Amino acid sequence: MVAEIRKSLIAAVWFIFLTFPLMVVKVNTIENTVEWRWHNMLIVGVTFFFLSWLWRYLLQKKEEGTLTTKGALTKWTDRVMNEPAIYKPLIAVGTVAALLGPLVLSEKHMQPLISALIFIVLGLGLNIVVGLAGLLDLGYVAFYAVGAYAYALLNFHFGLSFWAALPLGAGLGAVFGILLGIPVLRLRGDYLAIVTLGFGEIIRLILENWDDLSHGPSGIANIPGPTLFGDVLSRSDSTVLIYYVIIAMLVFTIFVVNRIQNSRLGRSWLALREDEIACQAMGIDRMKTKLAAFAVGATWAGMAGVVFAAKSGFINPKSFEFWESVLILSIVVLGGQGSILGVILAAFVLKLLPEYVRILGEYRMLLFGAAMVLMMLFRPQGFISNVRRSYEFHGLDEEGADG
Amino acid sequence: MLRVLDIHTYYGNIQALKGVTIEVAEGEIITLIGANGAGKTTTLMSISAVVPPRSGEILFKGKPITKLSPEKIVGMGISQAPEGRRIFPGLTVLENLDMGAFLRKDKAGIKEDLDYVLDLFPILAERQGQAGGTLSGGEQQMLAISRALMARPQLLLLDEPSLGLAPIIVQRIFDIIRKINSEHGTTIFLVEQNANLALQVSHRGYVMENGVITMQDTAANLAANEEIKKAYLGI
Repeated sequence: MVAEIRKSLIAAVWFIFLTFPLMVVKVNTIENTVEWRWHNMLIVGVTFFFLSWLWRYLLQKKEEGTLTTKGALTKWTDRVMNEPAIYKPLIAVGTVAALLGPLVLSEKHMQPLISALIFIVLGLGLNIVVGLAGLLDLGYVAFYAVGAYAYALLNFHFGLSFWAALPLGAGLGAVFGILLGIPVLRLRGDYLAIVTLGFGEIIRLILENWDDLSHGPSGIANIPGPTLFGDVLSRSDSTVLIYYVIIAMLVFTIFVVNRIQNSRLGRSWLALREDEIACQAMGIDRMKTKLAAFAVGATWAGMAGVVFAAKSGFINPKSFEFWESVLILSIVVLGGQGSILGVILAAFVLKLLPEYVRILGEYRMLLFGAAMVLMMLFRPQGFISNVRRSYEFHGLDEEGADG
Repeated sequence: MLRVLDIHTYYGNIQALKGVTIEVAEGEIITLIGANGAGKTTTLMSISAVVPPRSGEILFKGKPITKLSPEKIVGMGISQAPEGRRIFPGLTVLENLDMGAFLRKDKAGIKEDLDYVLDLFPILAERQGQAGGTLSGGEQQMLAISRALMARPQLLLLDEPSLGLAPIIVQRIFDIIRKINSEHGTTIFLVEQNANLALQVSHRGYVMENGVITMQDTAANLAANEEIKKAYLGI
């Protein structure tokens, strides 16, 4: 106990020393005087003493395994997900809420909500690449950009409608996924991350500099929203329609991801992540399996990109910077790799919270970083850890659908 | 059935195999014995094309397989239980077995083989829902062999199935290797450091030293050979 307090005291003194030039000394350049704000030193000291003490306390609790919130949360999520009596009504409530959303919410709230939903789709797509196949992709936003620009440009030049662009965007996403996949197949871990990061930047720089193709940094404006049976909709109706489109897409994504997770392809991704040599000895084609992961993941990003372009009506390379990739990856990691529910939760937290808690202002990024560090220390498996359904043979008739 | 003709295999600049020639006839159990670093595992990896040979030729049932990819070779009927077991720790026992049947589409056949391996190793049936990584060493070895069998191979490559296991478990695994060969008609290519047991179960044997085959004979003759006794049997 005394040792703990001493350590915290040392930490506090250290922080006082570190922040001294910032917090205490203030140079008044007009009157050429130096102000000494000694009271700030006290505030810094006390704050960091308590923070450090809390930090140590939590770490100790964690080591003892008695951090109650962790156990309780895990138990709670397990229970919710495994008992039909609990999760069925929850799904029902969620569905009704999702369907009624546009009737209750004003346009002002619809925009961030749609953004969050797009990011859920992106998160689930990246989840395939990172969470299942274990390929760390830092350039995922490139495929999102490909989808968005595919719609914007096809519409600009050929007047292609949203509905025609949606599958095309998805297809182009997949093609680019394979294009990225081919050169990086031999790479693993950090090296893969660096190359994908580079790929993301290449796509963004091309969009920024190839004016003839992409209209450069000024972007493309007046991208129409989706039409309904050929009718052009008003701006607000269009938003509502996009909302339902993205909800439908989300349901479709969840369905597909769930199926893939429990298919032989999904299992071969997990196997490839665990042991490549064993996979080769089993006759699993490394190339094809990894390319499939990249392609499938990129497909969702392409689709989400089309929706994004239709939703905003204007796109430029600014929307596809590295930061977006980081955000999507954070959604996957924070939510729990491989967990669908976790990704949904994390997308809402990371995308909606900053919209509504404006007070945080410039401190947003600071808190974001702090939250990440804390998360990795105390709950590295994410909000909701992946409860993978295990595979069982049930005899031939029932097994027929699987694999 | 399998003819390995004068293969040379390298890891980067390091030559691991310096002209290895091995022949396996259908229905045989043959064994390759040798010290650490002799090139035994490399020989198997070359056959599986995980580390393809730089020169020489490998024929399987008369067809050259030297230029094929690993998955094509598995598809032709050669599967391997690699050294150190290399099961998938995060997948369950059944999922591991299903990965072994990755290239197969015949559901009825897969089910049949699954029943066969679970009958061979009843402990795996008990552990079927458990993650592979939670199994004991012996169980993992059984799983690795079963997983290789799930590809329904005509030629089964086993790399040191006795590695790190208790003598009683090793004895059981070797009994089953013999059983797979006699009941299922699977040809088996066994790589072993436990020369004593390996020569007991196999028909013929090769001895390898520093990347070359130094001796080949029937298993009984090898076991009786004075040099072999001194070098590998510890008698």
